[in-house]
Amino acid sequence: MTQTDFTKLVLPFKDKVFRLAKRLLVSREEAEDATQEILLKLWKNKQKIAEYKNLEAFSMTMTKNFCLDRLKSKQAQNLKIVHSNYEENNTSLEKQVEARDSVDWVSKIIEELPEQQKIILQLRDIEEYDFDEIAKVVDMNPTAIRVALSRARKTIREKLTNTHRYGIK
Amino acid sequence: MVLNSIEKLLEKYDNGETTIKEEQQLKAYFAQEEVAPHLESYKTMFQYFNTTKQEDLYTKDVPLKTKKSHIYQWISVAALLVLSLGIFTTQFGEDKLTYSQLTLQEQKDYDQAVEVFNLIGSKFEQGESNMAAFGLMSNKLSEGAEKFEPVAEFSKATNKILKSKKKKTKTSKN
Repeated sequence: MTQTDFTKLVLPFKDKVFRLAKRLLVSREEAEDATQEILLKLWKNKQKIAEYKNLEAFSMTMTKNFCLDRLKSKQAQNLKIVHSNYEENNTSLEKQVEARDSVDWVSKIIEELPEQQKIILQLRDIEEYDFDEIAKVVDMNPTAIRVALSRARKTIREKLTNTHRYGIK
Repeated sequence: MVLNSIEKLLEKYDNGETTIKEEQQLKAYFAQEEVAPHLESYKTMFQYFNTTKQEDLYTKDVPLKTKKSHIYQWISVAALLVLSLGIFTTQFGEDKLTYSQLTLQEQKDYDQAVEVFNLIGSKFEQGESNMAAFGLMSNKLSEGAEKFEPVAEFSKATNKILKSKKKKTKTSKN
């Protein structure tokens, strides 16, 4: 397999890999590193690529596992700085500005969702995967996926309506 | 689209029961400028989904190395191995070949070679038996040499007599 063949094969889903990595790792640089890592892994195994029935689903599963491992090792290595660590009690000006920019606010709300819900929401509402494909990636049955998805959607909307009503989180 | 049907779809959406087509309808509806105020939060959500898909792209190049140099190195190592193995087997492993595995021509050659070796072998044996005769002769020779010893004693005695005779002739001349 030549480099151009490989690029053609990978091109349709490399952005999806990147977006999933970014959803989980949050930082753009980290997500870029992860994407590169995944693509290099695929390139190394290019002989086996023909054997995979669904290369995209396989790659997404790889991305999910890679990012979750990354998060785990990070938590073990150093203290994770989360928003709650330095959150102020009174509403800061910054937050009000953020609240006004509500599209950005959505990504912040998704950040606080559990990992599993993040992945499912990402695959469904942004990448528009059907439930069978999502089932392959997260290794869950479609009913459980629907439940998780419904929870994620409701949480986002709840938090958004609160923001709209009071201008705070 | 009628607001009523949108609200029904949204209810299904919240429960995770919409199909991808229905979700695309919703996305299209909320992409328009004005929506009912109570649906504002949905609009924010769907706008976010649309924009991330369009804007978050992976643009970096991935260095895809073709590991040819490595492969060549290993091929040379393998070639060396095969070569040395070949030499080893031709040196030490030839007797593993059985007669039946040879081709007809080879069998013929082999038979001829065996015949030649047999011939040389038989001549060698003949020569060896000839040599045995020499051995016998040398035995006899040393036996004969032993028998000459008394003769040597005789010659000693005659020398003595000769010497004394010479002396006598000398003194008679004087």
